[in-house]
Amino acid sequence: MNEKLRYWMLVLPGLAVMVIFYIWPVLNIWGISVTEPAAGLGNYTRMFDSRAVQVSFVLTFRIAAITTVACLILGYVVAYTIANFAGRVRPLMLGLVLLPFWVSVLIRSFAWIVLLGRSGLVNDTLIGAGLIATPIRFMHNELGVLIAMVHVMLPFAVLPMLTNMRGISDSYMKAARGLGASEWRAFREVYFPQTLPGVFSGGLLVFVLSLGFYVTPALLGGGRVMMISEYITYQIQEFLNWGLGAALSVVLLLATALVLLVAARFVNLRKTFLERSS
Amino acid sequence: MSDPILSVRKAVKTYGEFRALDAVDLDIREGEFLTLLGPSGSGKTTLLSAIAGFTALSAGEVHARGSNITRLPPEKRDFAMVFQGYALFPTMTVAENVGYPLRVRKYGRSALQARVRDCLDLVQMGQFADRMPHQLSGGQQQRIALARALSFEPDVLLLDEPLSALDKKLRADLQWELKALHERLGVTFIYVTHDQDEALSMSDRIVILKDGAIQQEGAPGALYDWPRTRFVANFLGKSNFISADVVGQGAEGLTVEAAGQRFTLAPRPGLAPQGPVSLALRPERIRLGAPGQEAFTGRVRQISYLGERCQVLVDHDVLGEVLVSQPTWHAGLRPEPQMDVSFGWGAGACVPLLET
Repeated sequence: MNEKLRYWMLVLPGLAVMVIFYIWPVLNIWGISVTEPAAGLGNYTRMFDSRAVQVSFVLTFRIAAITTVACLILGYVVAYTIANFAGRVRPLMLGLVLLPFWVSVLIRSFAWIVLLGRSGLVNDTLIGAGLIATPIRFMHNELGVLIAMVHVMLPFAVLPMLTNMRGISDSYMKAARGLGASEWRAFREVYFPQTLPGVFSGGLLVFVLSLGFYVTPALLGGGRVMMISEYITYQIQEFLNWGLGAALSVVLLLATALVLLVAARFVNLRKTFLERSS
Repeated sequence: MSDPILSVRKAVKTYGEFRALDAVDLDIREGEFLTLLGPSGSGKTTLLSAIAGFTALSAGEVHARGSNITRLPPEKRDFAMVFQGYALFPTMTVAENVGYPLRVRKYGRSALQARVRDCLDLVQMGQFADRMPHQLSGGQQQRIALARALSFEPDVLLLDEPLSALDKKLRADLQWELKALHERLGVTFIYVTHDQDEALSMSDRIVILKDGAIQQEGAPGALYDWPRTRFVANFLGKSNFISADVVGQGAEGLTVEAAGQRFTLAPRPGLAPQGPVSLALRPERIRLGAPGQEAFTGRVRQISYLGERCQVLVDHDVLGEVLVSQPTWHAGLRPEPQMDVSFGWGAGACVPLLET
């Protein structure tokens, strides 16, 4: 058997699965978006005219952006601590970062409902301690969605940054300080610039995943924080509006592709998505 | 002698049970090239790191020009350090790297640029100013690291095995350059290495460390010729060791007996006037000859040809295995394995050790 044949024999099963269960349905959706209920670009003009769709898109990008920034700030601290100070407890801390991956997103989101509800653990504790008189609304608003999303997305920010930081020798900081820079200055001018590839990777990962996120916003938003994925689900499940739902999917896909395209100018995408092993 | 520029007093560093530094006392004179030499785990890097301020001592003090700097952070000490892996900042160009200490010290723009240019010229890297560090070879990176460390005209330059990552030939070239640079600038160099050749070729003074304590210190020649201990005798060059007994004391030194032969040792202060003594004998001080020509008779076991030198392992009934090293070009005798030979040495070849 020649090399080329062997190659195709190995690739073919995976390729077939992708074509049958992914690419073909996606193409179908593209088709539906320009044929249902009538042929033409009607769905797209309707979509761009719709105030609700615009609001949902803006909301989606805003939530994704805030989640990304919050994850990067919190994740940076976590990754920095693990990479530079953890010592013997490093495996434990790494385990704690990875642990959520073994619990379904659904369960983690329900856990937040238990914590953040009107008579959830957080409100009960605050009232019990006499700090507030009436429960704070943590849920069914953007705040609740953000809290839960930051929690769910945090590992995706930590891992690329941690991988990046563990590759940075501590001799750079030492050298900078030995040359006269204060600890803060050495961090800012010597260490931080070296971590930017990890920050960009983590940020991109979180942002792209957040754009299409469904479960957590749907549960914590309670139908009041309609991100675009949930909006699509509504159109199709509640109104059987396949055409508009499909058109929205196409636009979300294109928007995500655009984000990646722009990001590719700053980030090594291959590293971000393929070689993220730590 | 003027006051030392740096002195380390009773320095102790413990990691749990392990004593990385065990009451080290060391004075460093202004302008000298001092080498801390020792095997890994001897505490040499810990000592350098304590001087630089990266390692906090468990006990003891570091003084610079008479003031106590033990608690001072590294950036306040004004020493420069060159690291094993060079530690050039990968996000900055060569010129930015070299200018970094100057920027931190708020040099004006033109003064900074002029100084950077001078420093790059000093290490013959002027044309590489705009390159990024990863575009340079190891030897070039090493030169930039040196230029960066010297740019702010520090009193003391600390070098942590700076040549260990380079290949042998480049290492030898850079040894010459470092030595020349030291002579030209008059900066105090404190150099850490495990490589005895580097230590011997460049230093004004070598401090040999083992298990966190100073074994012996002195000029390269003095250390090589007069090792105090078996460890020093074998770490700095190679030595044969002979167990002997002191049998008499005369004007020109002690008379000792080993393997049925008597010979005289040069006098050495601190040596016990009687009893057993351990002698160190350098392989190159031993003469080989035909049977009967020299005092001891043995048989060649193995030969190792090194180009300029030839090393011969000779078995002797009492002395055991004796290593002889002779220049290849004037070897009077061409030894072969299993050949019977005689060997001996001149006066002063054997050095009595003070401790074993």
